[in-house]
Amino acid sequence: MGSALDVHRLHFAFTVTFHYLFPQLTMGLALLIVILKTMALRTGDEHYNHSARFWAKIFGINFALGVVTGIPMEFQFGTNWAEFSKAAGGVIGQTLAMEGIFSFFLESSFLGLFLFGERLLGPVGHWFAGLLVFIGSWLSGYLIVATDAWMQYPTGYRLLPSGEIELASFWALLLNPWALAQYAHNMIGAVQTGCFVMAAVGAFYLLARRDLFYAKTFVRVGVTVGVIAAVVQLVPTGDIQGVMIARHQPVTLAAMEGLFRSQDGAPLAILGQPDIANGKLDNPLQVPSMLSFLTYREWSAQVRGLDAFPQDQWPDKIELLYYSYHVMVGLGTLFIAIMALSAILLWRNKLFEARWMLWILMLSAPLPYVANTAGWLTAELGRQPWLIYGLMRTVHGISPRVVAGSAWFTLIGFMGMYTLLSILWLFLVYREIEQGPELREKLRTAVPAPVTADYGDI
Amino acid sequence: METVWFCLVAVMVAMYVLLDGFDLGAGAIHFLVAKTTEERRQVIAAIGPVWDGNEVWLLAAGGVLYFAFPLLYASGFSGFYLPLMMVLWLLILRGTAVEFRNHIQSMVWIPFWDFLFFASSLLLAVFFGAALGNVVRGVPLDESGYFFEPLWTNFQLGDHPGILDWYTILVGVTSLLALMMHGSLWVQYKTEGPVRQRCGRVAAWAWWGVLIFTALLTMVTFAVQPQVIANFKTWPVAFILPALAVAGLAGVVFELRRGKELNAFLASCAYLLGMLTSVVFGVYPMVLPARDPVYSLTVRSAKAGAYGLKIGLIWWIIGMILAACYFTYVYRTFAGKVTANPDSHGYGN
Repeated sequence: MGSALDVHRLHFAFTVTFHYLFPQLTMGLALLIVILKTMALRTGDEHYNHSARFWAKIFGINFALGVVTGIPMEFQFGTNWAEFSKAAGGVIGQTLAMEGIFSFFLESSFLGLFLFGERLLGPVGHWFAGLLVFIGSWLSGYLIVATDAWMQYPTGYRLLPSGEIELASFWALLLNPWALAQYAHNMIGAVQTGCFVMAAVGAFYLLARRDLFYAKTFVRVGVTVGVIAAVVQLVPTGDIQGVMIARHQPVTLAAMEGLFRSQDGAPLAILGQPDIANGKLDNPLQVPSMLSFLTYREWSAQVRGLDAFPQDQWPDKIELLYYSYHVMVGLGTLFIAIMALSAILLWRNKLFEARWMLWILMLSAPLPYVANTAGWLTAELGRQPWLIYGLMRTVHGISPRVVAGSAWFTLIGFMGMYTLLSILWLFLVYREIEQGPELREKLRTAVPAPVTADYGDI
Repeated sequence: METVWFCLVAVMVAMYVLLDGFDLGAGAIHFLVAKTTEERRQVIAAIGPVWDGNEVWLLAAGGVLYFAFPLLYASGFSGFYLPLMMVLWLLILRGTAVEFRNHIQSMVWIPFWDFLFFASSLLLAVFFGAALGNVVRGVPLDESGYFFEPLWTNFQLGDHPGILDWYTILVGVTSLLALMMHGSLWVQYKTEGPVRQRCGRVAAWAWWGVLIFTALLTMVTFAVQPQVIANFKTWPVAFILPALAVAGLAGVVFELRRGKELNAFLASCAYLLGMLTSVVFGVYPMVLPARDPVYSLTVRSAKAGAYGLKIGLIWWIIGMILAACYFTYVYRTFAGKVTANPDSHGYGN
């Protein structure tokens, strides 16, 4: 730890991990807010509008933090990864520029209208503004995933003798099969974050015996959408993603699973600690032949282990990759259990009285953040040692003139600033939840033009 | 094709300067034109619904620069590493300040964010000016196509210049004055009462500064970057660009005297546009001049593949038409003056 390469990697990893805490919630909530607004329109029940307004405020806080932490991501391609940008900018610059032009303009224009223009727009117009914000944020998600997918599985390019990479097919870049699979898996992950957070806030109000009407709406919407998302996260989206990795990044699969030796009927490791030096998994808890079946749909199929590949092709942080993957899958399985149980109780009209289940729902709120982060760590650590899979190694992508000292300086700066942003985030979101939708609506309607109501206060 | 993209990037950067310029300027004059919490709320409200969209022009221009001129993006961004990171921190602070200022009605909370908004806007206006100054002056590129500039060296224009030297500081100050004028004209147009009156005074005061510094800068620039004179000699028709700037500057004071607030703001747009296009034209075909001219990056050496540029043009046009529609709609929806009454505008509550 200390070479320029390590610092540049940590720089990007830190800033992107922190950034993605916000979009995963806003992309998930955008869908749920559109659902709430649609229910308000269809039933004419104002409570749904109040619910949407409450969540729009939390959405606004997270969106603002997502925007300000997102700007450094685009800059860093040039500042820290200049050789990569020089070689591949003509390709991935396409999707990044399209994100700015097609989704940021859309989002930024209509978010302002959605947050501050409810009265100006009327019910249908306001619903439509919400829908456009949802479309904008999901489009943004696609273009970013397509950029990453190209680094995982490059398509539609031409390699020039100078080492530069030129775009050869726009549609091959945009409709990269890897991007489609990864997008589905990623967006379902964002929906899970939205659902768990919404259900957790509802559960909190129910446990605290306050804001009961809204609490039930939040739990109902969170659990109903959440149970679908939890299942779809595993089958088919997770499954498709796994098969793609097995086909195109077999060495990554071996490292993720902790499979050191090639074998027929390879087992699936549930637990165990990888020991790289001795090439084995310590204290393994395994399901026999399961990995072969999941990968090739055949119990006795041969799965290649790390020993089938030269060591310079191995991902360089195998332990971290192994644990990220196992944390993601473990939590994903837990989410199915939590959501399925909650859904059954909801269906039997018992959920709102089942305090033990509400406790579980409330305390689960941070877990999807962990799972989504672990999922991205799996994808990006699994891509190593390549920056663009098979085309450019990570070590060759950094900026030649930016020394480790400069990168440390700015990394420490970002760490300090993001610590402050985290405190700010906790404080502001806590205030909204503490105030709650009931008091909020009372304040809104009590005085026609309350002093507290201000720009920024919907 | 590369010249087309050079122009398109220039258009997007110009849009950024005209639009985000007024809200940066509004930040820089925040404490000059608004004395009470309520008045400061009006300044924020004058840019509130649009500042985020304005800033998107920076991201979109950056993205387009990235795919059209990858070498320029790589070389320029890594060379300006430290100042760019500071720009990012300032953008983070500023965005947070505008968005969160009104969340809590407290005499501790609001002044804190007001100050951050003011300080980050002011520094950004200076930084962006200094960045432009660096491009015009040229950077220490060598045969590798890379460079790294420290924040400052000896403040001279030698072979090892820093980000800050006397020339780039001069451009930074000019930029600050110009954006203060631009911002106060916008806030004047959007507000009523004492804020509006003070904006008019600040604009008139900044106008003199802009006049003096523009004249000074123009003379100095001819000496610092010889390409500018050469280009204007080769294509004298381009004198229309600096003429636009002069007309814009004259227009500001003329319209201000007549009390036509929107016209004065538009004249200020014309001034900024004239200045920017003069600079861009002046350094063409270089996109990043080097101190040693043989290593300068040009539109030709920095461009991406022909196919990508062609296909990009198609979606760029579609995207820009859409963006123009959104912007027209949003600016029309939030048209008119922000008043002292937070609720009267429909978006207070």
